[in-house]
Amino acid sequence: MAANSLISLAADLASGRIRVVDLTQTLSPEFPQIVLPPEFGQCWPFRIEEISRYDERGSAWYWNNLSCGEHTGTHFDAPIHWVSGRELPDNATDTVPVQHLIGPACVIDCSAEASADPDFLLTADHVRRWEAVHGRIAPRSWVLMRTDWSKRSDPIAYQNYDETGQHTPGPDVDAVRFLIDERNVVGFGSEAIGTDAGQGYHLKPPYPCHYFMHGSGRYGLQCLTNLDLLPPTGAVIFCAPLKIRNGSGSPIRALALVPG
Amino acid sequence: MIPPQIPPLIRPQRKNPILRTRQPLLPPWARSRAALGLTAAAALGRFELQSCGDCGAVQYPPREACHRCLSDQLRWREQSGLGDLISTTAVHHSHDLFFRERVPWRLGLVRLDAGPTVVAHLHGGCAPAPSRVRIGARLDKSGQGVLLAFPIDEVPNMADDRQLREMTCDPKFRKVLVTDGKTAVGQSVVRALIAAGADLVWVGYAEPWKKPPHFAELEALPQVTLLPLDLTDSRSVKQLGGEIGGKVDILINTAEVHRTYGIAARSGVEAARAEMDVNYFGLLRLAQEFGPAMRARGADGESSATAWVNLLSIYALSNYPAHGTYSASKAAALSLSQCLRAEMRPGGVRVINVFPGPIDDEWNQLLPPPKLTPAALAKAVVNALKDGVEDVYPGDVAQEWLARWEESPKTLERELSL
Repeated sequence: MAANSLISLAADLASGRIRVVDLTQTLSPEFPQIVLPPEFGQCWPFRIEEISRYDERGSAWYWNNLSCGEHTGTHFDAPIHWVSGRELPDNATDTVPVQHLIGPACVIDCSAEASADPDFLLTADHVRRWEAVHGRIAPRSWVLMRTDWSKRSDPIAYQNYDETGQHTPGPDVDAVRFLIDERNVVGFGSEAIGTDAGQGYHLKPPYPCHYFMHGSGRYGLQCLTNLDLLPPTGAVIFCAPLKIRNGSGSPIRALALVPG
Repeated sequence: MIPPQIPPLIRPQRKNPILRTRQPLLPPWARSRAALGLTAAAALGRFELQSCGDCGAVQYPPREACHRCLSDQLRWREQSGLGDLISTTAVHHSHDLFFRERVPWRLGLVRLDAGPTVVAHLHGGCAPAPSRVRIGARLDKSGQGVLLAFPIDEVPNMADDRQLREMTCDPKFRKVLVTDGKTAVGQSVVRALIAAGADLVWVGYAEPWKKPPHFAELEALPQVTLLPLDLTDSRSVKQLGGEIGGKVDILINTAEVHRTYGIAARSGVEAARAEMDVNYFGLLRLAQEFGPAMRARGADGESSATAWVNLLSIYALSNYPAHGTYSASKAAALSLSQCLRAEMRPGGVRVINVFPGPIDDEWNQLLPPPKLTPAALAKAVVNALKDGVEDVYPGDVAQEWLARWEESPKTLERELSL
C-alpha cells in the first residue's frame, strides 16, 4: 500500500499533478541576517569567496568557499537553539528525528494584517477563526504564518528597524501555547527573520515562540518565501537541516509539495 | 617687491576619453642608506639633517661621517629650514622621463642658516633671489624625501603651486571614496574633505538597515553619493571597484570593527574574527579591487589618483591588552599597508597611515580623556593629504606613545600591560 503511494507520488510529480514549490530565499551576501546588540556575539551573514574560476588558481574549474551562521537565510531552528530546549533529548540538527522533517502544513494567511501593522501578532483567536473555515489543525502539522513579508526585497524594508528596534510580525504568546498544548504542532514557520515578532523581546516571556516551541521539542522555520503559493491546507513540506553535529540550526532548501 | 603670483588651480577639464591615459613615471628614486634618513623624517612631515654629535656641524647631503671632523656620531635633527635663496634656475629640458613631461621646473640654491647650501625645488611663491626662504622636506612621487624652498610667509593659493602639487595629495578638485560613512569618524572625514574642496565624495555603507545617527544627513550634501560597500563581502568590494575604481583619486578607508577585549575577557574567536575581517581582510579586499586602477592613474592629469589613507590605531605599534584583539588586527593592517605602499609606489600613489589614540566614541567610553574627537581626526587626515606625509599620529596620546615607542618599544610594552 505504502509502496503504491510512493509510486503514485512519483508519477504525480512527473506529470505535474503534484507541483514542487520552493519556499527558500536565495543565499546571497545581500540577504540580511539577524542582528543583535553589538556587545553580543553575532550571526555571520552569507559570504562567498572564489577558489578558482578557470584561471591561474584552477584552470578548468569554478568553485567557491562559503561561510554563514547556522541561522543565516531560510533556516531551521532545532530545540537546542533556545535555553528552554537545551536539556531535551534529540534536540540538535544531527539528532532530530528525520520523520519530523517532512509533514503537512497549515498556512494561516495574515498578509492583510501584517500589511496594515508590521507589529501584527497572531493570536489564538485568529487561529481558531482560521480553523472554523479550513478545519482543525491536525496533530504533528507545521503551521506557517503567511505575511507576504518575503516580498519585501529591499533589505531595509525587510529588516524594518527604527530606533526602538525591529518591527516584523509574529505569533502572540497565547497562539504559541494553543498550537503546542491544544494542537500538538511539530513546528512554526514564518517569512520574517525570526519566528518571533520583531518586538518579541517585550512579550512575556521574551521571544515566546522560541521559548515555548523549543522548550517542548518543536522546531522553527524562518525566512520562508512563496507561502502565498501554498493552499491553506493540503501541502506537504520538506525542511531538513544539514546534519551538523550538535548544531542549533541550519540553512535549508525548504520545499513544498502541492496539488497541481 | 611684489612676490610672484600663484595662479589658482582651476577645476580640471573632463578627461578626453579617446586619448591614452598618461602612464605614471617616477623621479629619480635611488638613495644611499644614509640618505633615507631624510625620507624617514619627511614621511612624518619633518625636515631633518645630519648633525654631528662631536663637532656640532650640520651637513647635507647625508653621508656616513661628518664632513668636518670625520666623526661617525651623526644624529638626525629637526631643522628650522630658514635660509637665503642665493640663485634660481628653471630647467627647460631634461632627459629624465619624469621631468621631461613636467618642464619648465624651477630650482634654487639655498644657503641654510644652519650651514649647508642645498639645491632645492622652488615653490612658485618665493621672491626672486636674493630673498629669505624656508626649506621644507617633502616626499616626491617616488616616495623619497626631497627639499623644497617655500616663501617665508603664506602666499595666496599656496597649495596650488604646480611643483608642490606633484608632492602632495591635496583633495581640492579630487574624487574621493570614504569606505564607511556610518561612523562619526567617517562622517567627519566626509565633511572635512568637502570643506577642503573635494569635487565628489563617494561614501560607502554596509548593512543599510542599521540607521546610525546623522548618516542620512550626508545625503543632503551635493558632493556626496552614498554607495553600498561591505568590506566583509568580496563581491561587494569587487562590484564597487568595477563601478568607480577607475575614477577614485583618493581612497580613505575609515571602516573598522573595534571591540574591547583581550584574550581572557571574551571566550571564542568570533569578536576577534569580526575585527580581522574588516580591519585586515577588508583592507586586503579593497587593495585588490581598487589598487591596480589607482596605481595606473597616478599621472592622469591634474587630478590624478594620488593617495590611499588607512585609519589604523596607535595600538598597531604596541598591543594595548584591554583592547588586545583590536590591537592585533590593527598591527596586521599596518603590516599589510606596508605591502600596499610598496605596490602603489610605482604608480606614484601615496599610502598614508593614520595612527590615532583613543577616539571619543562608544568603544572608548571607559577610557579617560584626552580622547580624539572625530572632527580633529578628520582634520588630521586632510592635513596629511595636503602635506603629503606617510604617517600621522594625531592627538596627544598618539604623540606620547610614538615618542615612547621610538625611545624603547619594550618599555612601552611593559607600561601598557600594567
